[in-house]
Amino acid sequence: MANIAPTMTSPSARAAKGAATKNGPVRGAPHRPGRLARSFRQYWQLYLLVIPPVAYFVIFQYVPMANAVIAFKDYNVVDGIWGSSWAGLKHFERFFDNPMFTTVVKNTFLLSLYALIASFPIPIILALALNEIRARFFKKTVQMVTYAPYFISTVVVVSMAMLLLSPRVGIIGDFTGFFGVPAADYMAKPDFFRHIYVWTEVWQTTGYSAVIYLAALSGVDPSLYEAARMDGANRLQKIWHVDLPSILPTIVVVLILSVGSIMAVGFEKAFLLQNPLNLSQSEIIATYTYKVGLQHADFSLSTAIGLFNSVINLVLLVGVNIIAKRVTGKGLW
Amino acid sequence: MSRGRAATRVKEPFVDRVFLIGVYVLLAVFLVIVLLPLWYILVSSVSSPAAVSAGKVFLWPVEFTWRGYETVLTNSKILLGFANSVFYTVVGTIVSVALTVMLAYPLSRANFVGGKFLTGAVVFTMLFAGGLIPTYLVVQELGLLDTRWALIIPKAVAVWPAILAITFFRTSVPDEVYEAARIDGASELRILWQVVLPLAKPMIAVIALMYAIVQWNSYFDALIYLRDDTLYPLQLVLRNILILNNDAGTDVAAAIERQQLANLLKYSLIVVSTVPMLIIYPFVAKYFTQGLVLGAVKG
Repeated sequence: MANIAPTMTSPSARAAKGAATKNGPVRGAPHRPGRLARSFRQYWQLYLLVIPPVAYFVIFQYVPMANAVIAFKDYNVVDGIWGSSWAGLKHFERFFDNPMFTTVVKNTFLLSLYALIASFPIPIILALALNEIRARFFKKTVQMVTYAPYFISTVVVVSMAMLLLSPRVGIIGDFTGFFGVPAADYMAKPDFFRHIYVWTEVWQTTGYSAVIYLAALSGVDPSLYEAARMDGANRLQKIWHVDLPSILPTIVVVLILSVGSIMAVGFEKAFLLQNPLNLSQSEIIATYTYKVGLQHADFSLSTAIGLFNSVINLVLLVGVNIIAKRVTGKGLW
Repeated sequence: MSRGRAATRVKEPFVDRVFLIGVYVLLAVFLVIVLLPLWYILVSSVSSPAAVSAGKVFLWPVEFTWRGYETVLTNSKILLGFANSVFYTVVGTIVSVALTVMLAYPLSRANFVGGKFLTGAVVFTMLFAGGLIPTYLVVQELGLLDTRWALIIPKAVAVWPAILAITFFRTSVPDEVYEAARIDGASELRILWQVVLPLAKPMIAVIALMYAIVQWNSYFDALIYLRDDTLYPLQLVLRNILILNNDAGTDVAAAIERQQLANLLKYSLIVVSTVPMLIIYPFVAKYFTQGLVLGAVKG
């Protein structure tokens, strides 16, 4: 976007445009009675078609952005969004002064960072390993099976974890019991929340995430392998010197996306894993926004917290993208 | 015989053979880690609750029973949730796919003025959102709270499938198609309906699957927008039974047995609610992978 603007307003372009309007239509740059009007006359059905989805985006995406103004107001139901009185930054200050502020920001950040570190390299390893073997049936089976958990709902994954970890009926307890470690109520221990969250996540998404690397690996130029073989490289060296450099751009893009969304931990899973005993580590921004907003009906404070989070996400993503562009010459946009 | 085989096979150095064995072992470990929990749940769902509680069940059912499934399949709440979810998934997917195509097709056409701006506006919603309460207020204002539409309309169009569709229309429909159709005097809508959509079937399958999975698996919007529990989708019913431990089988059997049965019910319920997706998935996985790759490479 940034490199289009200068060319459009560059002096030469403006001069050419001026000349065209002064001296009448010039060959190659005919005077148009409005591109939109002409396009509209000929392709009006396309414009008709786009109305419902555009209405959707306006109503359910852009109106809420405007509604977020209640973060700066004392919202009450009677006066509505626009009638409520202004409150300035009061609700942001309320959030920053609240002891929960550090807790939820820290919890969100640590959870996300842990998830990123744990779940980033494993799909790459899986993809590289799958790429090594030629036994088609085994390869297909591993791919299908590891991919499958992605299709299981969060509710089911969380309840599976709860059953497996349960001190009474859980198999994990039986297993550690075998080595003399008695079963504990892992769900009730704050320290275990992050491990459970992250490793169920890894279990669920590794196969799915590997697909993208597998696709990148299938596009590697065969002559590179040929050259590596000529040089007497063994399998590990081929992976290191051919496979990894080939999928590096993909890795970078995935990494940018993950780092950019590090403060955007979703609500669904954390909320399901929460219980009164592990709140000290399991309360994150998303769940806190929900509680303040819909359980305590403090709409303005909840919106302020959500807005704070949205802005941080936006800044992070844009920032990471700029850095990535500087370093690798390629970004997301 | 053995000579011929040796000749056709390139002999691998010792290091590579060891390495390859390591790779196979690693993949087997992946396989087991993914399968074991699923298998354990499946086995427990058909074992006697007492044996499961006593930790006697591991890889094979103990005292085989269908009781868990009988309880699940005769529970009216669960069945209603199942039916609701089928409704939300079918109707929601149709609405979503229709709207996504209506958005993506015009935006993919070079003749559509303002397409760049609109695409930008759509993508921006992926980067920044109004948030929970501001969206809730819109849903409330429109009178959608506590209606079935609350689970369908507020999330009708997702950005990622839209980008996928735009990319597909742009790269996979050759310009000659439009020219030929134009010469024949076909209107834009007829071109879309009779020429472009038949070409786009694989892409439609992918985005339909994406929407269907999200719809089938989500519980959050039901949690915030619905009060009436006869409208609850399966996932919310599951959450209430599996995670909040709200008894579903209270009308059954004596008190001591009840807790055990409740656990058995959980295993069966997990299986029943997951199996539809896992049965459909191998048939559509191929398209899904293609779609993911298409979006990633060109998007």
